[in-house]
Amino acid sequence: MLEYARWKYILVASVFILALFFALPNFFGEDAALQLARKDKANIDAPAQQAVEKFLTDQKVGYTKTYIDSGRLMIRFPNVVEQLKARDAVNDHFAAQYLTALSFAPRAPELLRRLGLRPMPLGLDLRGGLYLLYQVDINGAVNQLLEGYEQDIRRTLAQANLPFTDVVLVSIDSTRPNGLQVSLPANADAEAVRKALVKPLSDLKLEIVTLGSGPAVQATMTPVQMRQRQDYAIQQNLTTLRNRVNELGVSEPIVQRQGLDRINVQLPGVQNSAEVKDILGKVATLEFRLEDMQNNAVQAAARGRAPLGSKLYKMRDGRPVLLKRDIIVTGDELTDARTTATQEGPGVSLKLDARGGDQMLKTTRANLDRRMGVVFIERGHETTTVNGKKETREVTNEEVINLATIRGVFSNNFQITGLAAGEARDLALLLRSGQLAAPLDPIEERAVGPSLGQDNIEKGVRALIIGMLAVFVFMAFYYRVFGLVADGVLLSNVVLLTALLSIMRASLSLPGIAGIILTVGMAVDANVLIYERIREELRAGVSPQSAIRLGFEKAFSAIADSNITTLIAGLVLWVFGTGPIRGFAIVLTLGIATSMFTSLMGSRALITLMYGGRRKLTKLPI
Amino acid sequence: MATRKVWYGLSVVLMLASFASFATRGLNLGIDFTGGVSVEASFPTSANVDVIRTRLEGAGFVDPQVQNFGSSRDIAIRLPPSPAQNGAAIRAKLDQTLKSVDPGSQILRLDVVGPQVGNELKKSAIMALGFTLLLIFIYIAFRFNTWRLSLGAILAVLHDPILVLGIFSITQTSFDLAVVAAILAVIGYSLNDTVVVFDRIRERFHANRRLASALALDQSINQTLSRTIMTKVVTAIVVVALLFLGGAVLRGFSEALMIGIIAGTYSSIYISSAIALDCGLTSEHVFPTLKKAAADVLP
Repeated sequence: MLEYARWKYILVASVFILALFFALPNFFGEDAALQLARKDKANIDAPAQQAVEKFLTDQKVGYTKTYIDSGRLMIRFPNVVEQLKARDAVNDHFAAQYLTALSFAPRAPELLRRLGLRPMPLGLDLRGGLYLLYQVDINGAVNQLLEGYEQDIRRTLAQANLPFTDVVLVSIDSTRPNGLQVSLPANADAEAVRKALVKPLSDLKLEIVTLGSGPAVQATMTPVQMRQRQDYAIQQNLTTLRNRVNELGVSEPIVQRQGLDRINVQLPGVQNSAEVKDILGKVATLEFRLEDMQNNAVQAAARGRAPLGSKLYKMRDGRPVLLKRDIIVTGDELTDARTTATQEGPGVSLKLDARGGDQMLKTTRANLDRRMGVVFIERGHETTTVNGKKETREVTNEEVINLATIRGVFSNNFQITGLAAGEARDLALLLRSGQLAAPLDPIEERAVGPSLGQDNIEKGVRALIIGMLAVFVFMAFYYRVFGLVADGVLLSNVVLLTALLSIMRASLSLPGIAGIILTVGMAVDANVLIYERIREELRAGVSPQSAIRLGFEKAFSAIADSNITTLIAGLVLWVFGTGPIRGFAIVLTLGIATSMFTSLMGSRALITLMYGGRRKLTKLPI
Repeated sequence: MATRKVWYGLSVVLMLASFASFATRGLNLGIDFTGGVSVEASFPTSANVDVIRTRLEGAGFVDPQVQNFGSSRDIAIRLPPSPAQNGAAIRAKLDQTLKSVDPGSQILRLDVVGPQVGNELKKSAIMALGFTLLLIFIYIAFRFNTWRLSLGAILAVLHDPILVLGIFSITQTSFDLAVVAAILAVIGYSLNDTVVVFDRIRERFHANRRLASALALDQSINQTLSRTIMTKVVTAIVVVALLFLGGAVLRGFSEALMIGIIAGTYSSIYISSAIALDCGLTSEHVFPTLKKAAADVLP
């Protein structure tokens, strides 16, 4: 008699039923769909739905169904061709009203969807879409903070009547700027300067050094502070990117941190990267500065140098302008920006936070009828040819977009005018989406067309089915009835793996499908180990039932040790890998776990059930 | 085990050949590692690769590589990294150029990778490999009580990716991220075999601790041989399915797996245990307490 504990039977059966349930939505597949969202973010109502339906019918685009899902209109199509036709038609006709996004809608029955059971999300290589990897300029974020400190130093020393020569950003024991150096006249009291700076720079380490020209006070950030600032920059970028991505109206976008200073953005269904990158990648910052009215801007431009305490800028039309170094308010203090119509044409109406409002109030009160410039700073890349070699450098485009006389005292509510209609809209959008603490550069960009995605799915699934069938036939041929048991176990392994991936919402990519196929191949291994062992025992003259028991028992250590070593490789890949490697590693790792369960417990339960009760068993069909 | 010198020799020759090709030809690294632009496009009829290349050069693309991809109507274009590569601009220019060859052409996939990404990938791939080997060394040493088996496993396992890299270098097959994943999977699988043999060695020693090491190793390998071959045949079946049906995207991945599986089977049969033997493996290393206990019983 061969026995197997009842609880193990129950465990195996319940795990399998549960897995079947969770894996179920995947078997229904998904329809190509188009998602429409109103540009003003309002909900789409039934009349609008009918209008779109009528339009599609008029355009002879075949759709299966339309429905409203959380304020957005979903249209399902029988195939990708109709989907693309519909998108182009809708984009042409409803350009002003709707944002469109290619998407997929699960075909599973309503009941399953209500239960929250969804198929595995498909990776971009399978459904088409745009992948962007951004590099966050964390040095830029640190510099920004240091420049803020620089202002504090200038202001404090000026108020305390302590003379100083200059304040500059320096790198102290570091490859990147991490501190400030206040150089003093040769006879200055460095200790007094240090004491005066203790309060405003309480976070920084202050020390007195001697330079060639005289004493200086150095203020450095600690490594912890640097890291905090960098993390903050990434976090703020993440939030900003999420907001901007939401403005794009894409369905199921992913925005996540990758590594130390990267952010990846995945936009399913999006094809046109130009528009997306314009909105996501552009870094626009505003700085409000007072005009330097004591000096002549034209002369400064001719000399190519700005007087002390001022900075030389250009207006849009190329005229030079001198603005004070002190920044009144930056984009950081901006809480809202929207387009507005003014007498002078389109403009942007701005709102500041409390601190920004205070600063603005103080400045405007003291400087009525003087002029204030708005500097629009945009970062990008420029390529130049030097000695026949192309070289890229980062360029910061600084431009005074507006120089207006302060007509009244205002604090946190005011307007910028003097913009063209399109500019006003773009500027408002960029500013409203939030400020980037550190500028972003796209360093990787991958776009997959929807038809290629469809093609990849078909190829992957075909390879999976044919590979599995071949294995099934081979196993049944080689191990006969036991082979069929192994086939059942393999199938349940795929179901279990699918269920796990669906529960984890891990997106399935082409390497992921390859991982499933390999898991099938590898899951066979455990069965082979057990069966070969059973055969060995039978050859040694052991009775069939004991052979089964011994086979499972003796194969256990080999299965466990060999799978754990593979598991180690899989886990390391999971941790270190990104993109396709990670997708593959997840499937591989989970596949090893499920195959150990199904072949050790599942197949034993099945075989014990089949042969355990037979008293007169003399031969095994193995 | 008696013939192991022959197999060592073969492995050394193969590895030297791999290194030689590696040193002279290098790897045909994909844009994942070098940075640059990779494009897949389809044409309504057979695409003329030479015409497309000439047109691309005419449009100002520097050194474009054009080849058929999967079928005669699909092409893959690769451009070296340029300092100011901008996906949108490249797409527009490329689309225009391809449309001038055939208005029905379509860009299916466009990847733009900055050069800095590649360098980090190289680093993290090597880190991943090192970590994997270290953890596995520790695990095997822990489970089997001896570093000799760990060393055998690690050396045998290193042998496989070197051969895969060598063949990729000789055939100049494009080496991308998916191939790295395949190589790490190969390491896992090759280890799998090795460990099954080790498990049997442990069992042989357990059954008879006076068994001569060489004999124990031979017995273990022979007894697990049918399993090793059976498993490999089945894995090969699915890999063949991937190779022929998985499409061009998975081709490199499947090829690496195929080579790796063959090399892995060979190395776990002929190399891993032999190295442990040459490190002086005996039953005492696997079961140190048994010997002590046995010595106590002796008069």
